[in-house]
Amino acid sequence: MAQKILLKDIDVPGIETFDVFRKQGGYSAVEKVLKTMSPEDVVEEVKKSGLRGRGGAGFPTGMKWSFLAKPEGVPRYLVCNADESEPGTFKDRYLMTKLPHVLIEGMIVASYALGANTSYIYVRGEMMPQIRILEKAIAEAKAAGFLGENILGSGYDLEIYVQPGGGAYICGEETALLESLEGKRGNPRIKPPFPAIAGLYGCPTVVNNVESIAATSWIVLNGGDEYAKIGIGRSTGTKLISASGNINKPGVYEIELGLPVEEFIYSDEYCGGIANGKRLKAVVAGGSSVPILPANLILRTVNGEPRLMSYESLADGGFASGTMLGSGGFIVMDEDACIVRNTWNFSRFYHHESCGQCSPCREGTGWMEKILHRIEYGHGKMSDIDLLWDVQRKIEGNTICPLGDAAAWPVASAIRHFRDEFEWHVNEPKAAMEGNYGLAHYADPLPVPAAPSELVK
Amino acid sequence: MLAVKEIKFSEEMLKQVDEIIKRYPEGKEKSALLPVLHLAQAEFGWCSTEVMDQVASVLNIKPIEVYEVATFYTMFHVKPVGKYVLEVCRTGPCCLVGAEKIIKYLEDKLEIKEGETSADGLFTVKGVECLAACGTGPVLQIGPEYTFYEHLTTDSVDQLLEDLKGRKQ
Ligand SMILES: Cc1cc2nc3c(=O)[nH]c(=O)nc-3n(C[C@H](O)[C@H](O)[C@H](O)COP(=O)(O)O)c2cc1C
Ligand code: SF4
Repeated sequence: MAQKILLKDIDVPGIETFDVFRKQGGYSAVEKVLKTMSPEDVVEEVKKSGLRGRGGAGFPTGMKWSFLAKPEGVPRYLVCNADESEPGTFKDRYLMTKLPHVLIEGMIVASYALGANTSYIYVRGEMMPQIRILEKAIAEAKAAGFLGENILGSGYDLEIYVQPGGGAYICGEETALLESLEGKRGNPRIKPPFPAIAGLYGCPTVVNNVESIAATSWIVLNGGDEYAKIGIGRSTGTKLISASGNINKPGVYEIELGLPVEEFIYSDEYCGGIANGKRLKAVVAGGSSVPILPANLILRTVNGEPRLMSYESLADGGFASGTMLGSGGFIVMDEDACIVRNTWNFSRFYHHESCGQCSPCREGTGWMEKILHRIEYGHGKMSDIDLLWDVQRKIEGNTICPLGDAAAWPVASAIRHFRDEFEWHVNEPKAAMEGNYGLAHYADPLPVPAAPSELVK
Repeated sequence: MLAVKEIKFSEEMLKQVDEIIKRYPEGKEKSALLPVLHLAQAEFGWCSTEVMDQVASVLNIKPIEVYEVATFYTMFHVKPVGKYVLEVCRTGPCCLVGAEKIIKYLEDKLEIKEGETSADGLFTVKGVECLAACGTGPVLQIGPEYTFYEHLTTDSVDQLLEDLKGRKQ
């Protein structure tokens, strides 16, 4: 059995209540840090743990914390990013629904480490039920003396508030989130300055994902070194994976980083294989923004090594043959899935969610949606595929925030790996409207790479 | 359509607004805008200009500051909607498990197109982007509580519509 850190007690009845959570040992991380550790000690442990941000970018959490500016007399803020809107990702919702106190405990530990006396949890507005759950958990923790003034007699004060969003994917981008929290449109800010210097209300701010914050309690209780022993290489610890699509057992799984992708898809402990006896065609491994890979490349790298669920292994081969762990939104497609349709669907998403500040993103996402719609509905020309490639190239790297890249990558990777499926749509529009391209060669074993000695010759 | 209601924040609502404002540092009351818009929409059904003007006045900000925000975020209805807004996820993962069929079924059954309101004023069908429930799709949600309905089938949709029609208030 793999080690469970975040979801350890998920099946304990009543675990969403303070009393049961406390009986399971909850809030002992708060006792430990407030009574025996300095804020710097906490930052040090998190650094040692190797924990990397779970919101998508994978930036080391301890390092981010150590960058926080500490000017005299200026408040600092911790803002938890619970906007969770990346298609394919639903782990934060799961965690907040079932284990709200795991997040609140982590919020207290992290706020203490950063010296924040007011912290916010920005939850996407659609998650009204989760907002109520968190508000109740905060009230319970406060009644028990774990929040408010002079917590456990330590002299440390902290209030946590929950802020609803309004339905906008872009507010998951940290500077857009801060704008939104200030009561404005969610337009990402130009960086620098980074939030660590000028964030919420112009004050030093750390923005972290729900899962990153939740992991810190275990780290301070058990030590950063212990956390770093779990996982593989620079992918330390456990990760929540949201598994969806054409699998037998969709759901949220806590895995130890380094688990083979093949085991994750086919083992009964996780996805339980492809539904309805179908065959695997493609996977989007880290949420809609990361490159899609055909079955053969998601299971093995081009060097023939088994691909692992880790930051490094999923990225092996760069964008030519690899992808990214991202937020851990693992979308599985079977042989009946249409890659063109799915790519069009994602393009529509990014077009809808673009905030509109940068022309390449605002216009480019619209173009991509339109061209893909044309191809999907049987009106595409061969030159459209090249046009599509051209448009995505012109977005990538030319925008204020990474949404532009996130919109370009799914399109680029779909053309890179599934170009013949696009061409089939153009050449056989009628067949494409009525049926689908099927598995084709996408699961075929890759050619075995030449042995190094041959390459030298 | 909607019963005509006087657009005015009640005492109770104003008390809630005061509580919300306390979450932010002094001078940063504008941060209350999204929570207060949610409060207003839950009470008045949609964010008409009158509603937005009220929100501006209770938060002591300019009406334009409310308009530009309400129109940015998809959850705020700036046009009249039916009594129940069925917000159905239309994004990739849900489509892999049949969301498009559910949307089509709702359109046919209610004799409307996505984005429209049924003739009896009860239902608006709105295709929305990923609701972070990809593991339990197809899904829809209904405000103002934003209750989730998961693993939708045509049968469960029939049942849901019947239940909603039967509700008193
Ligand atoms: C378009 C866009 C959407 C994002 N959405 C989310 C999100 O929903 N949740 C999240 O934690 N991070 C999201 N991020 C990443 C955040 O900007 C930020 O990197 C993250 O919250 C930092 O937390 P972490 O270091 O703990 O991962 C998004 C980024 C972009 C560009
Ligand atoms: S890249 Fe797109 S979403 Fe990001 S700031 Fe520019 S227009 Fe807005």
